[in-house]
Amino acid sequence: MTTTSTPAPPHAPHASAPRLLGEPVGVDLARHVAAFGPLPAQHGVKRGHAGPLVAEVERSGLAGRGGGWFPTGRKMQAVVAAAHSARKDPVVVVNAMEGEPAASKDSVLVHRNPHLVLDGAVLAAQAVGASVAYVVAHRGGRSVGTLERAVEQRAARGGDPVELRVLAAPARYVASEESALANFVGEGIGLPVTVPPRVFESGVRRRPTFLSNAETMAHIALVARRGAAWFREVGDPAQPGTMLVSVSGAVANPGVIEVPTGTTMRQILGLAGGTTGPVSAAVTGGYGGSWVSASAAIDLPWTPDGLRPAGGTPGAGVLAVLPSESCGLVETARVVQWMAGQSAGQCGPCRFGLTAVSQDFAALAAARLKGTGLAGLEKRLGIIPGRGACRHPDGAVRFAASALEVFADEVKRHLSGHCSAGRRTYVLPVPAGTVTLPVDRPGEEWR
Amino acid sequence: MSGHVVIVDRIACDGFGTCAQLLPERVILDEWGYPIIDATPVHGSERQHAKRAVNACPRLALSLVKAPHDGATRTPAGPPAARR
Ligand SMILES: Cc1cc2nc3c(=O)[nH]c(=O)nc-3n(C[C@H](O)[C@H](O)[C@H](O)COP(=O)(O)O)c2cc1C
Ligand code: SF4
Ligand code: SF4
Repeated sequence: MTTTSTPAPPHAPHASAPRLLGEPVGVDLARHVAAFGPLPAQHGVKRGHAGPLVAEVERSGLAGRGGGWFPTGRKMQAVVAAAHSARKDPVVVVNAMEGEPAASKDSVLVHRNPHLVLDGAVLAAQAVGASVAYVVAHRGGRSVGTLERAVEQRAARGGDPVELRVLAAPARYVASEESALANFVGEGIGLPVTVPPRVFESGVRRRPTFLSNAETMAHIALVARRGAAWFREVGDPAQPGTMLVSVSGAVANPGVIEVPTGTTMRQILGLAGGTTGPVSAAVTGGYGGSWVSASAAIDLPWTPDGLRPAGGTPGAGVLAVLPSESCGLVETARVVQWMAGQSAGQCGPCRFGLTAVSQDFAALAAARLKGTGLAGLEKRLGIIPGRGACRHPDGAVRFAASALEVFADEVKRHLSGHCSAGRRTYVLPVPAGTVTLPVDRPGEEWR
Repeated sequence: MSGHVVIVDRIACDGFGTCAQLLPERVILDEWGYPIIDATPVHGSERQHAKRAVNACPRLALSLVKAPHDGATRTPAGPPAARR
């Protein structure tokens, strides 16, 4: 496998001025207003019609930062249209769950600038005609408390034009999938449900629901203040603006950085202090994303289209870098086992399929799999996608399949009983105590 | 060409495989017994077989719907289900 090393350049690449992480003000509302200005008033919002902010968000080109990169303005339009035809008031949900184990961008954002996220939620709610916005984070995580204190500060200073409610949902990976999150907010059960209808037409208590990622909401708060043209001043013309990237693994300074979309991996690694040694590959997007070979992806721009030639995706802004002495198959086997354990166990192809893929991968990683076993694994990877109620199995399969491609040489070695790794510690994080197989009947742990 | 296609509710489906017996033209089972459905529209006599399979599903998990059936295509303005 080719290896790539990017020491920190003598002059670190010049980052554009950060927008979301620029001035960390915490829960202090007065400081937030001083730094970003007051919540802009929205005029001309009529019940059942999209407010002017919806068109402004559409013009800005903002795309969802929760992983899918779907145009946010179009999603808001769809919610308004669904609310109009169903004659129901829509609801707003902020996805601050950060289910991806290698991501930390949403909790860092909430910690540093919670009011930006809350402003976005309030403004989006007004623009689509919702009277309540739910902000949901993992139970037990630090975001819940921060968000609650921030909401208290707002209430103490006169409150908001719409109701803000902070909720703590089960810390399970699929509980942050959109249908599961809407199900949790409405019914108290954080399990995915069968779609369609999708949440934009029928989400929380069957109301059209504008559900977006916390970072997406923060960008909305800035578009409302500074406008679409300002938003497009940085980043890739197709998906403009800045994005948060959670950088981890073999870099000198792991953490969350804000870069214009379209920044290359080489630049991102430079901003993270450079790599700690030769690296072979990286996880892009998250565990529902994919591996890329470092040499193939190093100079590609971070946008959905830009990373595609290397099979990568910016997804939820995860970049986890694998040192050359680590075995990508061993890392993948651990992640796939965790992903299989995160299945809600509701759909056969996800529940049994991911368990089988995980077992195959464990055998491959341990160099116990034979050629026929590999053929069986590849066949399984081919028939699982698209056959769950939610996209969890698709993400797990994508991740596993990308490993077979990126680590093709290592696969050959393992099939003949060898592993070239010189390192026995793991690079990719897997939440402790959560590697379990799907439970028989989903129960209390989802409430 | 439009028509009707068979879809399955993955959460409701219990994987007993009645559908594969009644509609082998469109349904095969994976190694765990769950249906893999061919989404080409059913026509003529196939449509009758499809209806029988739908009615016979013990979990009411199968349905025959107008093609195309997909959150993205059904409501053009809506976001696609794809993620990442
Ligand atoms: C298994 C699974 C887990 C997910 N976890 C998250 C998450 O933790 N945070 C998030 O914002 N989106 C997550 N998503 C994506 C959401 O379903 C949804 O697309 C997103 O929140 C929409 O926000 P956006 O339009 O701002 O990207 C997950 C999706 C899947 C399939
Ligand atoms: S596809 Fe998997 S995670 Fe999604 S609802 Fe079905 S069983 Fe649960
Ligand atoms: S008959 Fe119904 S429950 Fe049985 S496998 Fe087919 S769809 Fe699933």
